[in-house]
Amino acid sequence: MYSRCLASLLLLGCTLLAGCERETRAFHEEAPAINDVSPTDFRAGGTPRPVAKNPQAAEYERNAFHISEGKRYYEWYNCYSCHAAGGGDIGPPLMDDEWRYGGEIEQIFSSIVEGRPNGMPSFAGRIPEQQVWEIAAYVRSMSGNAAKDAVPSRGDEIKTTKPLTQVPPTPERSEPPRSNR
Amino acid sequence: MSGRKHICAALVVLLAGCSGQQAALDAAGDQAATIGDLWTLMLWVCGFMYLLVLIFLAHAIWRARHALDAEPLTHGSGSRAEHPLRMALGGWVGLIVVGLFVLSLATFFIDRSLAQARTDDALKIKVTAAQWWWKVEYEGMAPDQRVVTANELRLPVGQPALLELHAEDVIHSLWIPNLGGKEDLIPGRINSLLLTPRREGEYRGQCAEFCGLQHAKMALDATVMNPDAFTRWRQQQLTPAPAPSTPEQIRGHEIFMSGPCAACHQIAGTPASGQTGPNLTHLASRRTIAAGARPYSFEDLRDWLRDPQSVKPGNHMPVVQLSDSDLNALTAYLDSLK
Ligand code: HEC
Ligand code: HEC
Ligand SMILES: [Cu+2]
Repeated sequence: MYSRCLASLLLLGCTLLAGCERETRAFHEEAPAINDVSPTDFRAGGTPRPVAKNPQAAEYERNAFHISEGKRYYEWYNCYSCHAAGGGDIGPPLMDDEWRYGGEIEQIFSSIVEGRPNGMPSFAGRIPEQQVWEIAAYVRSMSGNAAKDAVPSRGDEIKTTKPLTQVPPTPERSEPPRSNR
Repeated sequence: MSGRKHICAALVVLLAGCSGQQAALDAAGDQAATIGDLWTLMLWVCGFMYLLVLIFLAHAIWRARHALDAEPLTHGSGSRAEHPLRMALGGWVGLIVVGLFVLSLATFFIDRSLAQARTDDALKIKVTAAQWWWKVEYEGMAPDQRVVTANELRLPVGQPALLELHAEDVIHSLWIPNLGGKEDLIPGRINSLLLTPRREGEYRGQCAEFCGLQHAKMALDATVMNPDAFTRWRQQQLTPAPAPSTPEQIRGHEIFMSGPCAACHQIAGTPASGQTGPNLTHLASRRTIAAGARPYSFEDLRDWLRDPQSVKPGNHMPVVQLSDSDLNALTAYLDSLK
């Protein structure tokens, strides 16, 4: 009886501790390298080149700290002025999971760093890379693509949209994403 | 033996609170003095009551030791102990009521007098707290008379200053113990705090409401100066940043303007106009870096720019990778912003 109690207590402890990973705060992380990422899915004719996935980049959209920092920097670097809170303005909406230049975190990273021809400025050298990854993770969370247990359930401002935890995740794509609209 | 030593050490620590840069009992302004008076009154009233309790306790112990064979006290009406007991009890209740009444009245009137102080000739200053630094703006007659600085508050001696308190993100609280009481800074709400400094000197304010990771390193360097020196300081803060003069400073200027720095920081007179970080126009005239995290010096500034996340982990300024020579150039430029 006693040992069973102890065992369940230990188990509970482990479960609780496992929850900490969601919030790990890395202040000195090396930004994941970005190499050989297809800048865009949008290419004439052929099938899209597969995106070179970077496992370290994926960590960003699984971590609550990175996503909330990304949210802060989305505001600080004034993405608001063109994309509003994700609904779009003179820039396209970022919350609808329809992408001109690809919706993988690596592709969003490239969109921010390289800029895009129809009016998206390049932020190369303007935003330190680690923060671009954080912003990209936040942008992914707007369309329900970041880990549900890592996104904030409540924003600081009044919004008419659902909280990020309730944005439905997109089903795994079998066909290439619609990129031209 | 060592017990006595410990008591001495504890006393020294406690007494250190009575004077210095951050001491509520070393009043350098009207508000702190008023609050100090209330504190002294409370000390006397509570000290007196405490002493009485101890005397009665000692008496009871002494009596228990020496009067064991005396006739035990019986209670109930008509017993011999009845009358003195009743007197003592009545006396105690009376004392407590009077003591609490005096304290309540004193608190009430002091609170009123602090709230009703005259503010028409006050210097108006807007203080905004953000995680984890203070933005300080001196309102002027015209927009071009507005001084913006960070992490330092300068006040002319003798003139009341009315601080308008804002918060950017979460609740903070401003406390400069030598000058006045605490006041919260609350997002979406404007509070105010009146300070009337009476003695020149350098004091230390501190955020007094837990506000996140770097709450402890959120100090405000407060200086009370003579009015002429204050006017000179204010005029000097109104000038745009000096242009870089040496080749190294010019390099640093370029790095600042083309890198991420300009997106978050403002330097008046240059294209850098970011508003999310502290204004750096006259950075080198301040005494601290990053809300008191370090004293200001060339080396400390370079440490900060090399790696703000190890000087103040978790703060909202990112690490920007720079080569050693770029780092020196950037530091040289910022160090010229007197
Ligand atoms: C000056 C306005 C402007 C600003 C500022 C701006 N954007 Fe854009 N953004 C645009 C425009 C316009 C496009 C569409 C570009 C195109 O179609 O070629 C775009 C495209 C994008 C895309 C690609 C969308 C897709 O469908 O593939 C992403 C991602 C993006 N922006 C994110 C950001 C982020 C993050 C920021 C802040 C760091 C930002 N933008 C700031 C105007 C802006
Ligand atoms: C994302 C926005 C951001 C960027 C980019 C940024 N900073 Fe900062 N900076 C901040 C914030 C926020 C603080 C306040 C940190 C604190 O005290 O908690 C700060 C503080 C400082 C301070 C100390 C100011 C003071 O009042 O003591 C200096 C100096 C500074 N930054 C210089 C720079 C330089 C140089 C760069 C470019 C290499 C830079 N910053 C890039 C946001 C930024
Ligand atoms: Cu605080």
